[in-house]
Amino acid sequence: MRQKSKKIDYAKWGYFFIIPFFASFFIFSFLPLVDTIRYSFFEYYRSGIKEIGPNFVGLQNYISLLESDMLKYAGNTLILWLIGFVPQIVIALVLAEWFVDARLKIHGLQFFKVVIYLPNLIMASAFAMLFFTMFSTNGPINGILMSFGWIKEPVDFLGTVLGTRSLIGLMNFLMWFGNTTIMLMAAIMGISPDIFEAAELDGCTSVQRFFHITLPLIRPILAYTLITSIIGGLQMFDVPQILTNGQGNPDRTSMTLIMFLNSHLKSKNYGMAGALSVYLFIVSGILCFIVYRMTNNEDMNGAKVTKKAKKERKG
Amino acid sequence: MKKRVISTLLITAMAVNALAGWGKSSGSETAEALDSGEGSVINVYSWNDEFRERLEAVYPEVKETSSDGTVTTLNDGTEIHWIINPNQDGVYQQKLDEALLRQADAAADDKVDIFLSETDYVNKYTDAAADVAMPLTDLGIDPDTDLADQYSFTKVTASDENGVQRGSTWQCCPGLLVYRRDIANEVFGTDDPEAVAEKVKDWDTMKATAGELKAKGYFTFSSYADTFRLYGNSIAQSWVSPGESVIKVDQKIMDWISDSKEWLDAGYLDKNIKGQWNDDWNKAMASNSKVFAFLFPAWGIDFTLKKNWDGENGVWAVTNPPQEYNWGGSYVHACAGTDNPQHVKDIILAVTADKDNLLKISKDYLDFTNTQSGMQEAAADDSGYASEFLGGQNAFSYFAPVAENIQIAPLSAYDQGCVERIQNSFNDYFQGIVNLDKAKDNFETAVTERYPDITEIQWPE
Repeated sequence: MRQKSKKIDYAKWGYFFIIPFFASFFIFSFLPLVDTIRYSFFEYYRSGIKEIGPNFVGLQNYISLLESDMLKYAGNTLILWLIGFVPQIVIALVLAEWFVDARLKIHGLQFFKVVIYLPNLIMASAFAMLFFTMFSTNGPINGILMSFGWIKEPVDFLGTVLGTRSLIGLMNFLMWFGNTTIMLMAAIMGISPDIFEAAELDGCTSVQRFFHITLPLIRPILAYTLITSIIGGLQMFDVPQILTNGQGNPDRTSMTLIMFLNSHLKSKNYGMAGALSVYLFIVSGILCFIVYRMTNNEDMNGAKVTKKAKKERKG
Repeated sequence: MKKRVISTLLITAMAVNALAGWGKSSGSETAEALDSGEGSVINVYSWNDEFRERLEAVYPEVKETSSDGTVTTLNDGTEIHWIINPNQDGVYQQKLDEALLRQADAAADDKVDIFLSETDYVNKYTDAAADVAMPLTDLGIDPDTDLADQYSFTKVTASDENGVQRGSTWQCCPGLLVYRRDIANEVFGTDDPEAVAEKVKDWDTMKATAGELKAKGYFTFSSYADTFRLYGNSIAQSWVSPGESVIKVDQKIMDWISDSKEWLDAGYLDKNIKGQWNDDWNKAMASNSKVFAFLFPAWGIDFTLKKNWDGENGVWAVTNPPQEYNWGGSYVHACAGTDNPQHVKDIILAVTADKDNLLKISKDYLDFTNTQSGMQEAAADDSGYASEFLGGQNAFSYFAPVAENIQIAPLSAYDQGCVERIQNSFNDYFQGIVNLDKAKDNFETAVTERYPDITEIQWPE
């Protein structure tokens, strides 16, 4: 009995070491989060240097947001995300398939992996600045096209809906396809080589192999990529913000939800911005829940299977 | 063990240092306060070093400025701390607003003593209810006698709705038409400012001239935004009337919209240049550009045009614009709650009211300064005020008559946001992407986002 009480309790050190995280999370993330939600029920902004509010207005902010163009901006966000995501996933799949294919014997694989990942390391705003300059009407792209004689008048890329949206999509594609490629490569390498060998022996073509073996087997990772990309896309703002100077030109067609949020913060409109954040929070929350269900489903099925097996063995 | 001893020592050393530093500064503050009854630090909020340069040039009490430009020491030991934030994207106003909201609780040496504002948002700070800019009379400056030589519209601009003047400026920004002599010679056969003035004397003549320029392949102005100040600064009623929450778009603005559309469609303006202060606009001032003229006040010629011009001096010349206008102007305000009222008063008087100082600023920085008699002298003194950049032309002789005739448009605290957003929203209309009604809708959306207290937007019919 006495020996037991002498045992050193290491558990408290565990708690001790995680205190800094929880303390900083509580102060810098949790409290502001609660405050954001609280302010979303208030009329609270600054007019000139006079502070208006906070006055409790109930759900007024939520209602006026629904009446505003919020859904249009949500649509813009979705379109901009799709323009970037579709080519991104296609190219990433093709590249991943090539990179892990042992028979292709690609030299300098490591080098290519680094190169395709590099755009992700550039700050999005710097990237957007670069594109803004390159594609301006007096910019180098127009200069090159004109000196080749392909066009007579400079093309106003940023003056058209198609041009602006395509450029934003292109930038998001360039920034993220490397990341996705590497993730999908890991997924493909996780497939047992036995299956590929068996398929080969049965005379499977590479197209068949891709669509009937690789694709179905990496579906969980593909779904994960999709959802995380949607959540990232919901928060898209840096590229269009810099490219269109925060205006979402032309005709507000490249205004994303977070840019909409930012324009409320220009007048320190904490109430409205808070309500918008809560909407975003709910949508991201639902998406996260889907991811959680998806990644955990495997285990649950697995657990069920083993239980069943145990039962069968008993029986 | 040894490590622990060393680290303890280091920490102690640091703490002692910090405490000593703190003790020292508070010690000197009390000493200073006993001397003059004034604080030892003057905090100045601004968006560039324009004001610092001018203060250094004319304020006799300046002893030296630190090499990084953040601290200027005066002869009596008082330090001026320069807090500079860029104007772009409203950063300056944001930082200033935060400081002003903290003003009441701030320690004496952290209080804002002087801050600057631009014409676009001066009204936000001179507001009587906000009471952040001190009335000049409270400082001991009598605008009627001390500032008698200033142009009266600058005094009106810096006054609140009750007519109490709460700021003062050293500059006055009458605008001119700046044109390329080489293009004038080619198209009109003469580059004489008088002859060119005749060609641009009013909007109808101007339009005919624009047609001539177009025929030779030149644009009259670079962008639709270039002409905005001529219309926007002559509106009859302010964007938002005091005490109301309704934006009333003036007929002048609608004129600007229809004229700009007409000019752009006719090819008198460069379709590729959208607005001002961007790369395309800057390039339009270079020697290979096809743009004939710009509408600029003195600072525009010195800071913007000269910087972007890559040819020889003497190619640009100034003449009278089709309409008198004013663009810009930096106002100096004493911040309510300052602990250095005497210094602030001296500085404001030295930089904005002393005729000799103002003439020196005009000579050194080509500012059109806020002294009526001084500017008349400058206008008459062709040898003393000839500009090398303008090929020996004395720009002051053109500025002075414009300044006399400036009628400043009624201001409101909402001006900056309205001006920015109307130019932006109607860009799509000018470029033919949306129709007029959609552009109006977009303006309404954008402006109510910026100013949540706006309840209605009225368009003239």
